[in-house]
Amino acid sequence: MFIIGELINGMYREVAEAIKNKDKGVIQRIAKEQVEAGSEALDLNCGPASRDPVGDMVWLVQAVQEATDKILCLDSTKINVIEAGLKVVKNKAIINSTSADKDKLDIIIPLALKYNTGLIGLTLDKKGVPQDKERRLELAAAIVADCQEKGFPLENLYIDPVVLPVNVAQAQLEDTLKVLLEFKIISQPPPKTVMGLSNVSQGTKQRSMINSTFLVMAVAHGLDAAILDPLDKYLMDSLITAELILNKQIYCDSFLQAYRKR
Amino acid sequence: MGIELIYQKWSGKINEVTIGSESKAVKIGGQNSLPFLFKEGGLPNRPRIAFEIWDVPPQDWPDELRRPYGGVLEDVIKWAERCQEEYKAEIICVRLLGAHPDLGNKPSAEEARLVELLLQKVAVPLIILGCGDDQKDNELMPVCCQAARGKRCLVGSAVQDNYRTLTAAVLADGHNIIAESPIDINIAKQLNILISDMGLAQDRIVINPTVGALGYGLEYAYSIMERARLAALSGDKMLAMPFICFVGQESWRAKEAKALETEFPQWGPQRERGIIWEAATAVAFLQSGADILVMRHPESVNCVRDYINVNYQDVDS
Repeated sequence: MFIIGELINGMYREVAEAIKNKDKGVIQRIAKEQVEAGSEALDLNCGPASRDPVGDMVWLVQAVQEATDKILCLDSTKINVIEAGLKVVKNKAIINSTSADKDKLDIIIPLALKYNTGLIGLTLDKKGVPQDKERRLELAAAIVADCQEKGFPLENLYIDPVVLPVNVAQAQLEDTLKVLLEFKIISQPPPKTVMGLSNVSQGTKQRSMINSTFLVMAVAHGLDAAILDPLDKYLMDSLITAELILNKQIYCDSFLQAYRKR
Repeated sequence: MGIELIYQKWSGKINEVTIGSESKAVKIGGQNSLPFLFKEGGLPNRPRIAFEIWDVPPQDWPDELRRPYGGVLEDVIKWAERCQEEYKAEIICVRLLGAHPDLGNKPSAEEARLVELLLQKVAVPLIILGCGDDQKDNELMPVCCQAARGKRCLVGSAVQDNYRTLTAAVLADGHNIIAESPIDINIAKQLNILISDMGLAQDRIVINPTVGALGYGLEYAYSIMERARLAALSGDKMLAMPFICFVGQESWRAKEAKALETEFPQWGPQRERGIIWEAATAVAFLQSGADILVMRHPESVNCVRDYINVNYQDVDS
């Protein structure tokens, strides 16, 4: 599982304050904690309160890459914010994200090609988040087709089926899982799949339990990557165990420890 | 249209382990490819063959196996010198069987002196094996490790129920350890974790997966090794250790190697059978990823050495 740590996000008060006060220490500590907990990439999001998202993204990228050389996942809906961040990224980056709208794909895919990044494609468009599996698949296919047309390598494309909270759209979650398998038959090579996991438990009282259970189910449906809280030990233990059961790791009595020693 | 070969690239790499000190040191492991697939990755160190010698004369070795060691089986130093000088051994593996309570119960201090003497007389790196009795080995191996301090020997064997004393000794005196598991990949991995948790570096561990000779479980051992190696190359650091395979010990126990010609005339001369059995077993384990083969008969060693050299000739040139 490719783990993208989600904790550097201006939605968290500590991060928002650190961005506001340009306190590198806080951001770098959170970056290191997430890397030690198993993140291979770190999501960077200035948050809704940022008054200068372009400047803040640049600052975040610079602060984090002083602390780690992991992949940076630049998270913004604004193209100018993404591009400003990409200009200062030293190592690899992933653009998080594009919708399936043609006008957006026409800008984002060339940007991803120019900076040789990965790309997360959300199966939503101007009409909103789909209500069923078929529409999610249709939007995913549109993104894949556009990538193929523009020569973007599909192994760098991550399709996100858009996870809605269980207390908002309970009836959709089963479809969200099943469609993960269907994304794999869109193309050859298939696109990768990713989920912004924590959304599933938004507003609930049992966040860790719901996140963990949903992640295990998603892993069983072939999920390749997840944006999650790597400091949630129960969640990470569940993930490691799910991969063990799917024969992705070789069993030993200390398998949780062995995974973390990788 | 030409056929385009597809090469597999791996994210993991086998640890490189150095055995011996100074100019005669030998490196094993370090590859990021399956055996002999030179185009898929780097194979910086070729597999090595160690000659197995004992501190007591072997009683149950077939005549053909005793023949190349005529006159030296009673004297382990001379035996080692013959392996080194006449048979061009690259590594010597001494088994301190005489310390076993049932096989002479030699005092540990005497064995330690023998180790010291061997290190003086023999220039190639040394593998030191205990007698196989846990209690005695826990007394014997620390003094032998101390006697060989700084010579970076490969010392064995640590097992899941008895690894602490040996690991501590190896750690204290700067050696490498053999971690032995009973044809069980899960135990192999666990033992590597236990040993490295004690502070021994991962590049000081060599896995003895336990093997069977041709006709005696070879395929099972082969597939365990292959699975471990594939996991290691895919990034499992707790299996990314080189393998040592005790091929001689297993092959010369096979009925096909030992049986007299009078018993099975249709099997052909006994003189050839054991050699063939040992060589065939060894070559199979080269394919499953063996990094050190511990062997007994110089003619089988020659045969396997040729096999390695032929396969590595493009690398050499």
